[in-house]
Amino acid sequence: MPTASNYAKPLPRLTPLTQPFWDHAKAGRLAVQACGECGDLHFPPSPVCPKCLSAKQEWRTVSGRGTLMSWVVFHRAYWDGFKDELPYPVCLVELAEGPLLATNFGRGMTGEPKVGAPVHVVFEPATDAITLPQFVVD
Amino acid sequence: MADTIDLKNTAAVIGVGTTRYGSFPETDDYGLAAEAFITAVGDCGINKNEVDGLLVCRIPYYARMGEILGLNPRWTMTLPGHGRMSGMGIIEAALALATGRARYVALLYANIGRSRRVNYGGEEASGFWDPWGLTSPGATHAMMFRRHAALYGTTTRQLAEVSVAFRHHASLNPNAVMRVPITIDDHENSRFIVEPLRLLDYCLINDGAVCMIMTTAERARDFKKPPVVIAGVGGQESYDNASIANFDIDFWYEPTRRAGEEAYAMAGISHSDIAALMCYDNFSPTVLFALEGLGFCPRGESGRFVEGGALKVGGRLPMNTDGGHLSNSYMQGWALNVEAVRQVRGECGPRQVRDAELVQFVEATPCCRSIIYARG
Ligand SMILES: [Zn+2]
Repeated sequence: MPTASNYAKPLPRLTPLTQPFWDHAKAGRLAVQACGECGDLHFPPSPVCPKCLSAKQEWRTVSGRGTLMSWVVFHRAYWDGFKDELPYPVCLVELAEGPLLATNFGRGMTGEPKVGAPVHVVFEPATDAITLPQFVVD
Repeated sequence: MADTIDLKNTAAVIGVGTTRYGSFPETDDYGLAAEAFITAVGDCGINKNEVDGLLVCRIPYYARMGEILGLNPRWTMTLPGHGRMSGMGIIEAALALATGRARYVALLYANIGRSRRVNYGGEEASGFWDPWGLTSPGATHAMMFRRHAALYGTTTRQLAEVSVAFRHHASLNPNAVMRVPITIDDHENSRFIVEPLRLLDYCLINDGAVCMIMTTAERARDFKKPPVVIAGVGGQESYDNASIANFDIDFWYEPTRRAGEEAYAMAGISHSDIAALMCYDNFSPTVLFALEGLGFCPRGESGRFVEGGALKVGGRLPMNTDGGHLSNSYMQGWALNVEAVRQVRGECGPRQVRDAELVQFVEATPCCRSIIYARG
């Protein structure tokens, strides 16, 4: 398993705001931020609730199910670390609970993805500390 | 006091200036902006010391710009180098003029992205989604286009019509960067950058600068050229998915519609009055989205609308008659506003649209804006 020092692709910037997301992912859970006041679910995490402005924010595990909204294939590497993977796909998933995620297709994807397809989360360890949530078509 | 100030026909563009476009490592943002300013001053014949409002965009330091041009204005505004800022800046200048904060505003934009090798993605634009490899505004336009194609059946050959029409206009524009005409097949055979978008769906990256000089409609009559007034403006932001930069899951449909409706209502006109449309075109799909948002065609039908060279001068709706960002110059909306002014003045030579009395600018971006230019 690579460590941060020998992993070539970009790693997340860990902050008090984002750390819980990555802790959940490492434990095999997909979590988004939930407002402790009005219950709004949002992502990426925010210091206050975009709906009611409450600072009382929690993390909630979600179903990991969603809909494929779109996908693209990069034929250019904007980071050297992606050069060996060209061409690589990136997709957009709308979670059943609402938030929109940019992510990758995970292991076990077969066939041409279709916009609107139902998808579910899988977890791909990137380094000893970071696990990336990815998605495959059901 | 009324709760709104009606901006209709209150502000006018009296002078415009554009530089040559290309790669100019021997100069910088300030040098290019000064060149555009001098051209715009000559275009209207103003004494430059009359300029008491300064708006700069993508220029590092407004005060240094003022020092270089020998200006100590009463009003200054600085905007970041985001494409969506041109429409915003011009409307802000109109407001400053209408409220007397300034009498003559110089708006300056400069870009040195070519000579300084700007990538518009990766490290220089880091964001939350970097670990998954999502970066660059082209990628999010590719996302939107794939979705538009899936929902409405829009094809890449239809998308190609945008690039082909704008390149045709660039071939008629001696100052454009890319002047060799292209075909739909050329588009279809160009290499993918972020699939489904290809090289010919992407804007240029080049150095250059643009200047506009604005004043009130009354004062505008005292200058060299017939004034071009701002007949209507509208705006609406869409920040809900801002962490996915340059993206809207609904193609900026509603905010573009609102910006357009506001501008048409203020000007007291409708679509059929518009002789030419200048549309922010960092990537070709946003041109389709803008056509739908403004209501030039029903939702989902922009692909069919643009077929058969509809966007060329002489076609159904001439668009981006200077060649746009795709083929003229990447001046992030500013050169398109200058082109609108030149069309209304009738200065466009072989690419001139007949009877161009009303020309519209639009940007379908996270900050949608529309501006309608008219003969003063
Ligand atoms: Zn809340």
